[in-house]
Amino acid sequence: MASVALSEAEKVYIVHGVQEDLRVDGRGCEDYRCVEVETDVVSNTSGSARVKLGHTDILVGVKAEMGTPKLEKPNEGYLEFFVDCSANATPEFEGRGGDDLGMEIANTLYRIFNNKGSIDLKSLCISPREHCWILYVDVLLLECGGNLFDAISIAVKAALFNTRIPRVRVLEDEEGSKDIELSDDPYDCIQLSVENVPCIVTLCKIGYRHVVDATLQEEACSLASLLVAVTSKGVVTCMRKVGKGSLDPESIFEMMETGKRVGKVLHTSLQSLLHKEESLGPKRQKVGFLG
Amino acid sequence: MAMEMRLPVVRKRLGEGLGRETKKHLVVPGDTITTDTGFMRGHGTYMGEEKLIASVAGSVERVNKLICVKALKTRYNGEVGDIVVGRITERRRSAEDELAMRGFLQEGDLISAEVQAVFSDGAVSLHTRSLKYGKLGQGVLVQVSPSLVKRQKTHFHDLPCGASVILGNNGFIWIYPTPEHKEEEAGGFIANLEPVSLADREVISRLRNCIVALVAQRVMLYDTSILYCYEASLPHQIKDILKPEVMEEIVVETRQRLLEQEG
Repeated sequence: MASVALSEAEKVYIVHGVQEDLRVDGRGCEDYRCVEVETDVVSNTSGSARVKLGHTDILVGVKAEMGTPKLEKPNEGYLEFFVDCSANATPEFEGRGGDDLGMEIANTLYRIFNNKGSIDLKSLCISPREHCWILYVDVLLLECGGNLFDAISIAVKAALFNTRIPRVRVLEDEEGSKDIELSDDPYDCIQLSVENVPCIVTLCKIGYRHVVDATLQEEACSLASLLVAVTSKGVVTCMRKVGKGSLDPESIFEMMETGKRVGKVLHTSLQSLLHKEESLGPKRQKVGFLG
Repeated sequence: MAMEMRLPVVRKRLGEGLGRETKKHLVVPGDTITTDTGFMRGHGTYMGEEKLIASVAGSVERVNKLICVKALKTRYNGEVGDIVVGRITERRRSAEDELAMRGFLQEGDLISAEVQAVFSDGAVSLHTRSLKYGKLGQGVLVQVSPSLVKRQKTHFHDLPCGASVILGNNGFIWIYPTPEHKEEEAGGFIANLEPVSLADREVISRLRNCIVALVAQRVMLYDTSILYCYEASLPHQIKDILKPEVMEEIVVETRQRLLEQEG
């Protein structure tokens, strides 16, 4: 993770501030920075989203391609994740420097989607054992300003909400050979249901308390963090501890409860924003990258 | 807990309509400034084919016969006498150094110092010639573009709202609680690690957000502008200052007060 150097006195100041529930930028321990979400920013993808959380900038593109289902799950499609930590984000990612972090984030994404509930993979099946939709989810880190996992999970959910998969029909000949026919209408698509897609809430332990949405400076003061993947109903799909420090089992329990609470609010805000954006229709003014 | 999600909006330019008499002459590298050969060339310009051409992107400034281009956003160029706030990234490793300095200064520490000399390759040598300079204790650092820090007589300010500020010419702004006793200046080499009171913290956080707001709208930073912005932000909660609409509102109010003060 990108890190900043801080003096001892600065760290002491941050830690004492967190104890008193007043962080450096005036937020409380459970407050998020202002989030900006925009979908449909990349034209040649099936779905895309861009999320800006303070100084963290994430771009996600989803491409739907046809392929063969996996042998152990012949009736389902699947998702493939790839995370690119570009050198734009921070000089540490130059060359192969960002690969480790990219692998870590991709593996976390695989884990949180690795359950029956998150996404309806059966709807991605075209014909069992032969054809299915594979969704390639590509995450690009444009700028690194702390709290990467949360921003990435919000962007992935928004991009999946924006994904439009073309409707196809399987036609069978008398000889038995199958043909896949694409609908004539380019707007005839199926939309995925993202009701149960989880979002990650990162809780960093600073001193005796934990904070949500840590900036780079706060992450430098925290020795241990807990990543909790929560769905909109408050169900925890995955939990992971990162960092060199240790966590007391009681604090893990407290952090998990905070994560569930914060996660539910995160989901309601995101759902309402995505529906609001969709209701503006195709004529809405797109801001994109030059805004 | 607060969670706010919004759709992005195109940023509006606030400069228009605020009553500036002469429009600035903005140039980009390669633009012709003038074909009159009577002028002397200053920084940011060069002579080519009988005309004066700009070498940086910025605004043209003219003092009698001297024309120079002041760049709007550059890397810091040191001048003798500038105050800078810096972070120690690397140090010389020698036996005497180990014994003497390591007790006082570590890698990652912040110091305030004055520029003593500038070398031809742009490197500067610093000195901390009085107790006013030296290691910085508890506080908040804000990094801004060096071109936004106004050149003034003094860069150490004790603001009446209850905190002190060091406006480094290199763009590093240090906000810290005003020391109680006058003998303990911001410098010295022993950092005070006692907890800062909540009231002081609120002032410091508010100042930090105000400075971020001013920088986002490209307003020059000096003690008066920061103070006016602080006063304009008082009706709002500290964490709300960073919302785009609140930011615009306070900066517009600050700009108006500054214009009134000048006029």
